[in-house]
Order: sequence, then structure tokens, then C-alpha cells
Amino acid sequence: MTTNTAVPSPPAADAPALDVEGLCVDLSTPAGRVRAVDGVSFSVRRGRTLALLGESGCGKSMTALSVVGLLDPAADVTGGAVRVRGDDTLKMSPAQRRRLAGPVLSIVFQDALTALNPVQPVGRQIGEPFRIHRGLSRRQAHEKAIELMTRVGIPEPRQRARSYPHQFSGGMRQRLLIAMAVALDPDVLIADEPTTALDVTVQAQIMRLLRDLQDEREMALVLITHDLAVVAQRADDVVVMYAGTVVENGPVRDVFADPRHPYTRGLLDSVPEHAVRGRPLPAVPGSPPELSAVPTGCVFQDRCPLVRERCVQERPTLRTSGDGRSAACHFSEELARA
Amino acid sequence: MPESRMPENGTPESRATATPTRAATAADGAEESGPLLEVRGVTKTFGHGRRRLTALDGVDIRLGRGETLGLVGESGCGKSTLARVLLGLERPDAGTVRFDGTDPFALRGKDLLAWRRRVQMVFQDPFASLNARMSAADLIGEPWRTHRDVVPGAKAQDKRVRELLSLVGLRDSDAHRYPNEFSGGQRQRIGIARALALDPDLIVCDEPVSALDLSVQAQVLNVLSELRERLGVAYVFISHDLSVVRYIADRVTVMYLGKVIEHGETEDVFDHPRHPYTAALMSAAPVLDASHATGDREILLQGEVPSPFDIPSGCRFRTRCPRAEDLCATEAPPLVARETRDADDSHASSQAYSHTALCHFPLEAESAWA
Ligand SMILES: Nc1ncnc2c1ncn2[C@@H]1O[C@H](COP(=O)(O)OP(=O)(O)OP(=O)(O)O)[C@@H](O)[C@H]1O
Ligand SMILES: Nc1ncnc2c1ncn2[C@@H]1O[C@H](COP(=O)(O)OP(=O)(O)O)[C@@H](O)[C@H]1O
Ligand code: SF4
Ligand code: SF4
Ligand SMILES: [Mg+2]
Ligand SMILES: [Mg+2]
Repeated sequence: MTTNTAVPSPPAADAPALDVEGLCVDLSTPAGRVRAVDGVSFSVRRGRTLALLGESGCGKSMTALSVVGLLDPAADVTGGAVRVRGDDTLKMSPAQRRRLAGPVLSIVFQDALTALNPVQPVGRQIGEPFRIHRGLSRRQAHEKAIELMTRVGIPEPRQRARSYPHQFSGGMRQRLLIAMAVALDPDVLIADEPTTALDVTVQAQIMRLLRDLQDEREMALVLITHDLAVVAQRADDVVVMYAGTVVENGPVRDVFADPRHPYTRGLLDSVPEHAVRGRPLPAVPGSPPELSAVPTGCVFQDRCPLVRERCVQERPTLRTSGDGRSAACHFSEELARA
Repeated sequence: MPESRMPENGTPESRATATPTRAATAADGAEESGPLLEVRGVTKTFGHGRRRLTALDGVDIRLGRGETLGLVGESGCGKSTLARVLLGLERPDAGTVRFDGTDPFALRGKDLLAWRRRVQMVFQDPFASLNARMSAADLIGEPWRTHRDVVPGAKAQDKRVRELLSLVGLRDSDAHRYPNEFSGGQRQRIGIARALALDPDLIVCDEPVSALDLSVQAQVLNVLSELRERLGVAYVFISHDLSVVRYIADRVTVMYLGKVIEHGETEDVFDHPRHPYTAALMSAAPVLDASHATGDREILLQGEVPSPFDIPSGCRFRTRCPRAEDLCATEAPPLVARETRDADDSHASSQAYSHTALCHFPLEAESAWA
């Protein structure tokens, strides 16, 4: 079962490894249909790290799942394009898409325990991609699995290959998931909050592992997180999401130094890191809207200190400026002065 | 004040009835009446026979009125167990707890009830910790059903609910809404208002903002700080987010596998950690400031926290410690202390809150320490 021929060839060096354009995802809920992802665009080249940053529920995971074709049945992609190696995967058949999963696009899930099969030894699970995509024998796949387990830092991999997921700690499970995800050397690795449930010192180990693997394999990394500090330290570019939309994007350094959307500014200001004890933190009032109640004008209008009539009437589009940055705010220019 | 050490049994000042000003006066009198809370050598184990796990192993902490103690350490190190001991929910196997000089575990009946009022809790998960079938007003006033004399009478209770709502930044009209109609941050405010209903001296906050999004977390931290200013309430603040602890805490206690391994003023612990674990923890936490980019500063630890069923001999951190030597495997490390009084601060407040670490080979601070 050799299926490699059906996988499109690698992109030219400067072409994006992943290019998402105007992605829209609708959800069926008991309260009716709602839009969970609304016109999300971004692209990332090999060797680079792009962060998708936003608060819980803003649509980060839905975006990731749409890109890898693993959306829940309650959700539909209703628009946009997801291009890898030049082809739009949204136009492909399910079989074609499955062939991309592993050698081209791969994902590390938020919750390692539910992402692993609880009743199968981990060695078998890690070896599986080699059997499906490369046609290796069970024994060869097993050897590959042990190699990968060694690479991601599982001690005594030969013995541990026979263990089941629940016999590993949270940090070890995350390593196993990463091993599976990089097994076939993907162009693009999506990591959805890969360290959120882990302790600080283990988080640091996992982030280091991801970085080493990325360097060694020249993968494009899409790092999904709600942690601004992780973005600051780890990503080249950032896409800031709010209520299913992209409100700002650009190189991390520039965006964090001089945000052009009031929400990005509000997030950066409310980080306690720079605050002085005893002085109030500059908090953003209110909370993000429910999906069923996203306002028609600007999505951020209820919480924005700069809001005015036009913001209520008209949804700002993501406007690109010459410096590789964009923001979706009618009054971005004023923010610099505010 | 010539004495640097507080008398162990400070005179408990007489407890007046619940008025918001009471705690504030108490805060002023802190010097005279000894620490609000003093925990010494508290040990707690769980399990049966040979499968015993040591969740707390000789823990000491100390807290004055109106102060905030940050409690940090990785999952399973015993933070929540300690919180439960402070609330009287878990009886220690050994060691003493003194609250205003009194041992809460020796109290019975009315005295115990009266003590329970004074220590309250705010939980991590604002979704799970509130009864979905009770309105905000019912939730906030529920503790008065047990503690009947705190706010007697329906009218007075109504009024107090409204005061509490406004204290935590909610509206009068929110009184009759139910938990599912509130956002996470608002639910956490209700949890705080409920903890305040009995006018406590101490609120134990176990990861109070961890479940909240950043933009909302700041709102709740502001509410907590403001209450400290206005009511003089003290906090034990548990969090794995070091930047939050640094912002909110006056002093910090770092735990590892059931032991306090470092303690000191927040700035001392953060800027000049002495225990290798604290240093690693601080360096592993990502920071926003690009000029602090991890790179070579990062101390990457090997492995994960060992099982509490199987604590390493000697120093329990030695299996991951970059500074470990042979001695660390054979001998329990000593508690080393360093006085941290500022040179220009030779006056009364020489409370001798020293900076302590449990280590054979603690890190030496740079020149700042003369
Ligand atoms: N009732 C109990 N019975 C048995 N073991 C317990 C019990 N409560 C706590 N433990 C164990 O005691 C240790 C300390 O637990 P604790 O909940 O205090 O940790 P923690 O520091 O609060 O961790 P986290 O950061 O994950 O909340 C853990 O190993 C835990 O599994
Ligand atoms: N299977 C599903 N059924 C119903 N709603 C869902 C489902 N998956 C996600 N959602 C909703 O879609 C929105 C976006 O979710 P998600 O992408 O998971 O957010 P994030 O990853 O940014 O936290 C949220 O409001 C979430 O509750
Ligand atoms: S468009 Fe208006 S409401 Fe929206 S972010 Fe900009 S100023 Fe604020
Ligand atoms: S006593 Fe030894 S092993 Fe323990 S922290 Fe100090 S140097 Fe490390
Ligand atoms: Mg998610
Ligand atoms: Mg806990």
C-alpha cells in the first residue's frame, strides 16, 4: 500500500507551507447556527513559527481542526481555502486529505490523554503512521516507534513501548503525541496548546523539544496558545483572534511593541508581569461575547475604550499596511497616540 | 520594637461583631497581636499501610494581618492539602496550626463555628464551585444560614448582599440572576463575595484566576487587591502563574514534594532565588519582556517531579537538581537563612523576615547582599 505518489510535491522554498484564506466555520447549536470562525487568514513558511493567540472560545481549535480536516460533525467549513503545497485541501476528497495527514500536515492536540488510544500500547500507536503511509511491517514500524520515543526523551523506550497511555505522566504523554505527530516529517506541525495542562518546568522541556524538532526537520509550526509570554518567546509571527475573527497580525516583535488593535493593547496591558504591586492592573472591562451574540459592527465594540458610532454600524476589515502588519480597527491610527 | 521575633502566643484581641472596619483596625494592630496565622511542622500523610503518601512534610508558614502569602510549586506538591489544613478540613498528623494564637483543631461547638467564620476559601473553578440552582443573592447569603448572628434579619441581609455585590464590582440587579447567566469572571466575583459574607480575616485562594482568561483575570486580581486595601483581609494565594504571584504576594513560599524549600519576601525570592528548584522554576516560566528571552538563562530540569509515594533520600530535589552532589543523596539539607533587611531600614520593622532555603549548596546572591 504505497500512496506516496498522491501527495503533492514539496513547495518552493519561499512559498508558504500552509496558507489559510478567509476560513469560515459554522456550528449547529441547540440555539441555532452560529459562526465560530469568521474569515480567518494566515500563512506560514517552513522553519517559521506562527502563533494563533486568543482567549478560550475564540475559535483557535476550530481553526486548527478545519485545517487538518478533523472537525466535529456539528461543524461545517462554509468558506475559504486551506492550501498546502499549492493545492486547496478543502476541495479534496476525504481520501486525498487523509493522505496529507502525517507527511504534510500534522497536529498535536490540546489534551494528550484523550488524543491517545487508551487500549493500545503506545509503541503500536506511534508506529502506526509508518504502516499506513510507508507500508512498513509491524516489526519495522515498532523499531521506528522506539527510535522516535528515544528522540522525544522517553526513558527506557523499548520497555515503555509496551505500556498504555495512562501509565505515563502528563509530560510523557505529550512527548508521545509529539512523537506521533512528527513521525512522517510533516511540512507543517500544528500544536494546539501543547503545554497548557503541564507544570512550568515540564512546559519548558516540551517547548524546547518542539523547537529542536522544528529546527532539525525545518517544519513550519503553528503554535496555538492563550499565553502571551509563550508567543513573545517562541513565535516569529502572531495572529490575534477575538470572537472568531482575526483582529490583528504581524511580526510578534512589532505587534507586541506597538499594538494596532485595542484588544491586543488591552491584553498586553493586563499582563501582571509589568505591573506594580498595589497598583490596579489595567483590565479590559467585560468579557468576550457569546457566539450567538457577536455584535454586527466591530466584534470588540462592547469592551473597546475607543468605540464610537462608526464601530457599531460597520465591521472593520483587516487592513494591511506596508510593513507586513494588519489590524481590524477603524481607528488603529489613534491607538498609537492614546 | 526591639524584638525581632513575635511572641508565640500573641493575645487574641477581642472579636467585635461583623463590621467592615473591624478588620482594618486589626491590621493596624498587627505588630502587637502576633501573627494571624502560624503553622509549624505540619505533616500530613494519606493512604494505608505501606502505600502511604506524604503530602505535607514539616511545613512552616507564617502570615500577618492584611498580608498576602503566595504559595507556589508544581502539581501535587501539597498546596491544596495545606489549604485544606488551614481551613480546618484536614487534620494534620503532626505539627501545630495557630490562628490568632488559638489551635483551631482543639475547638469544639460554638467556638469552632465562630472560628470557621474567620477563614474562608475561594476555589479555582468558578463553574463547578457554585450551586447552579441558587441565585447570586442566595449563594452570597448562604453562609448566614449556618452563622445566624452575623447578619440577622432578612432586611439587613438584603442590604448586605447589595453591599457585597458592589464591593466585588457587580450590580444590584445581578442579585437575582443564576450562575449560568454569568461569565467566568463574574462567577468568580460571586465566589469572592460569598467568601466575604462572613467578614473573614483570612481568605485562602486556591488558583482563583487560573480558569479565567487574561483579560478577565486582571479584573478579579484587582477586586482581590482592593478588598485587601479596604477590609484588611489577609490572603494565602495559591497559583502556578508566577507573574500573578509576583504581582499579588508580599511573601512567597515555594514547595516541592510536600516540603517548603524556599521562603522570603517576594522580590528576594523572584530576583535572587537561593534554592536550585526555585531558580529553575523562575527561569522556566516564559516572560513577555523580550530582553529577558530565555535562551541561555533557562535552566532546563531533567524529568518530572518524583512520585510522592517514593520520595528520594537526602534532598528530595536531587533527582533533578543540576547542583546535586553526593552529600545530597545521603543527608537531608539544612534550612539556611539570610537576613534581608535593607541597610536603610534599621527601624522597627526589623521583623527579621529572613530569606530561607532548604539546600546544602544554595545559590549565592550577587553583590546586592552585603
Ligand atoms: N484525600 C487524599 N487522599 C490521597 N492522596 C491525596 C489526597 N489529597 C491529596 N493527595 C495527594 O497529596 C499530594 C498533594 O496534593 P495537593 O492536592 O495538595 O497538591 P497541589 O499542590 O494542590 O497540586 P495542584 O497544583 O495539582 O493542585 C498529591 O500527591 C495528591 O495526589
Ligand atoms: N463540537 C462543538 N459543538 C459545539 N460548539 C463547539 C464545538 N467545538 C467548539 N465549539 C464552540 O466553538 C467556539 C470556538 O471553540 P474553539 O475553537 O474550541 O475555541 P478555542 O480553541 O479558541 O478555545 C467556542 O464557543 C466553542 O464553545
Ligand atoms: S473598530 Fe471601533 S470598537 Fe472596534 S476596536 Fe476599533 S475603535 Fe474599537
Ligand atoms: S541539597 Fe543538593 S540536591 Fe538538594 S537542592 Fe541543594 S544542591 Fe540540589
Ligand atoms: Mg482550544
Ligand atoms: Mg491544588
